[in-house]
Amino acid sequence: MKRLICGALLGLFLVTTAQAAIDTYEFRDEVERERYRTLTEELRCPKCQNQNIADSNAPIAMDLRQEIFRMLEEGQSNDQIVDYLVDRYGDFVRYKPPVNAKTMLLWYGPVGLLVLGFGVLTVILVRRRRVEKAPASTLSETERERLAQLLDKKDS
Amino acid sequence: MKRLLMLLPLVIFLVVAVFLYRGLFLDPSELPSALIGKPLPAFSLPSVEDEQRVITAEDLKGKPALVNVWATWCVACKVEHPVLNRLAAQGVVIHGVNYKDDNAAALKWLNEFHDPYQLNIRDERGSLGLDLGVYGAPETFLIDKQGIIRHKFVGVIDDRVWREQLAALYQELVDE
Repeated sequence: MKRLICGALLGLFLVTTAQAAIDTYEFRDEVERERYRTLTEELRCPKCQNQNIADSNAPIAMDLRQEIFRMLEEGQSNDQIVDYLVDRYGDFVRYKPPVNAKTMLLWYGPVGLLVLGFGVLTVILVRRRRVEKAPASTLSETERERLAQLLDKKDS
Repeated sequence: MKRLLMLLPLVIFLVVAVFLYRGLFLDPSELPSALIGKPLPAFSLPSVEDEQRVITAEDLKGKPALVNVWATWCVACKVEHPVLNRLAAQGVVIHGVNYKDDNAAALKWLNEFHDPYQLNIRDERGSLGLDLGVYGAPETFLIDKQGIIRHKFVGVIDDRVWREQLAALYQELVDE
C-alpha cells in the first residue's frame, strides 16, 4: 500500500515537471542539443537587451528559439544560423561580435591600452633610473675636490 | 614636447568625456535595422480582409509608403492608430502588416477604429515579421517606390515623431 502511494506521488511529480517546461524540443542527438544550447546562449534577444535568447521569455525570443531549432533540424551549420539572424537583426544579436573595421576598437582597444600603459611605465622607470645615476657624474673635478675638502674639515 | 605631453591626460579626459556625454542621450532600445537599403523581403501572404487575395512584395512597389507592423494585442498600436488614420486622410500611403494576430480581432479593430491601410498583410505566423527583423510592434518601415527599405522607426508614431522625423523623410521619397 505504502509503495503504491509513493509511486502515485512520484508519478504526480513527473507530471508537474513535464508541464513546467516552456518549450520542449526533441533533439536527434546530444551534439545537436549542445549546438542548440551554445547558439541560444550566444545570441542576444533583440527585445530584452541584456538577456540571451535562451534566458528571455519575450515572445520574440521564443520565436527565435523555435526558428533556431527548425534550422538545426534542417541540418544548417552554426554559421548559417547566425548569419540568418544577423541578416535580419544586425550584428546586435551577437554577443560575440565579428572582427571588422567597426569593432576593431572593441576587440583590440584593451590590448592597445595595456601596451600603452606598459610603454608609459617603461619610460617613467628608465627616466627615474637615469636621475638616480646622475649625481655621481654631474660634479666636475674642482667641485669634487672642494667636496672632499669640506668633508675632511668636518672630520677633523 | 614636454609641455605637449603634459597636456595629453587632459586631451584623453576630454575625448572620453565627449564620448560618455553623447552616450547619455542614446536610446539603447533603438536598434539600427539591418535592412536599410535592401528591398522588402519576398513574401506571399493573404490580406486581412480577404483570404483569397494574395499580396506579394511586388504589390507594395510603385509609390513610397509607410509599412506599419501592428497587432490588436499591442497596446501601443492603439495609441498610434488615430495618428495613422489622420496621416492616411492627408494622403500618406500606409500599408499594414498584421503581425501574429487573430484575424477576426484584427477585422473587428479595423471596423471599429477605421482602416488607414491601403494593403493589409495577414502575417499570422510572423514569418514576414521575422524577415523584417521585427522585435516588437509597432514598428514602421519607410519604403521608396522601388520597394527598398529606407528607414525604420520603432515605437509609436505620434504627431511629434511624424513632424520632426518622418514627414521630411517621406516627402523626400515622394519627391525622388
